[in-house]
Amino acid sequence: MKTHIIFGLTVVALIIIFVFGSSYYKGKQSEKFDFMAQENSELFVRDHSQTLGSDDAKVYLVEFMDPACETCAAFSSFVKQMMEANPGKIKLVLRYAPFHDGADYFVKILEAAKKQGKFWETLAVMYGSQGYWASHSNPQPQRIWQFLPQAGVNVEQIRKDMNDPAIAKLIDQDLADAKTLGVRKTPGFFANGKPLQNFGYQQLQQLIQSEINANYPN
Amino acid sequence: MTHLNKKSSSWNILFLCWLIVSVSAMGSLFFSYVMEFAPCVLCWYQRIFLFPLVIILAVGLFPFDKSVVQYALPLAIVGWLTAAYHNLLYAGIIPESIQPCSQGVSCTEEYIKLFGFLSIPMLSLLSFSTIIALLIILKRGIKN
Repeated sequence: MKTHIIFGLTVVALIIIFVFGSSYYKGKQSEKFDFMAQENSELFVRDHSQTLGSDDAKVYLVEFMDPACETCAAFSSFVKQMMEANPGKIKLVLRYAPFHDGADYFVKILEAAKKQGKFWETLAVMYGSQGYWASHSNPQPQRIWQFLPQAGVNVEQIRKDMNDPAIAKLIDQDLADAKTLGVRKTPGFFANGKPLQNFGYQQLQQLIQSEINANYPN
Repeated sequence: MTHLNKKSSSWNILFLCWLIVSVSAMGSLFFSYVMEFAPCVLCWYQRIFLFPLVIILAVGLFPFDKSVVQYALPLAIVGWLTAAYHNLLYAGIIPESIQPCSQGVSCTEEYIKLFGFLSIPMLSLLSFSTIIALLIILKRGIKN
């Protein structure tokens, strides 16, 4: 009987250590990011970063994304809804984290489209047609070209602009920042420097809402 | 009386072995789910041989069954071999070009260095070595 008690207590102790260890580690991480957000805000927003929303917004939502990532596509409409529900309060900053094999190809297309002022249109077309070119077992990047005219871009110009070495440099910068901030999966969200610790729609909404409440007290 | 003592010391060794296995399994889950280190292919193979031990050894504890060593030892040995291979790869003794993980996470990427030298593959090798040592002690103790 004694052995059962020893065993049971050990199991309970291990679980408690794990749970407390997790929350302790996450707390430490959160402090670290708070500090980073204050000390080096350029880690989160670079001059080249594409943004959406009012400059006066007090909640900066930074998203490390990959055009070939299904979850990023799934989250994009959710983020849009959050922004519409809180007009003028959220500014979205998109950073590149092309972790999928060959995904930098699409980032280059996006950056070339940005020169034509069609960044968001092109991103919407990419997310919408992802299933046709980003299959994990058989990615076919060339297939994106048939969808691009839907974004209203000059496709020939994109083919020329996308090989600009400045774009490759900017991707490297974003990847380096992602590494510093510990982003290993996409989408990686930060609201005013605070990382989304438990991934999910509801958790993201809570994170954004808590930043809105903190910055817009009524 | 001596028979009882012997049995209880065997139980203690098996319990200690289970504890090490459980702590290792928990640690590996902590690395991947809390610290969000993506596990590489070799890590997965080592986990495949580690995780079942949590259950197998616990079953052997209640009631104490000496034959558990026979079932647990092969798993631990294969896990140890994988960990040894991983360490050789990590240390650069085996060139990375022949390693099986081509996509995703590199098996030689350094995530942590505990106390300045302990890497995750080393932790794995250490725990598999301890598990094997304890199981062998248990086996010898039972025979005598």
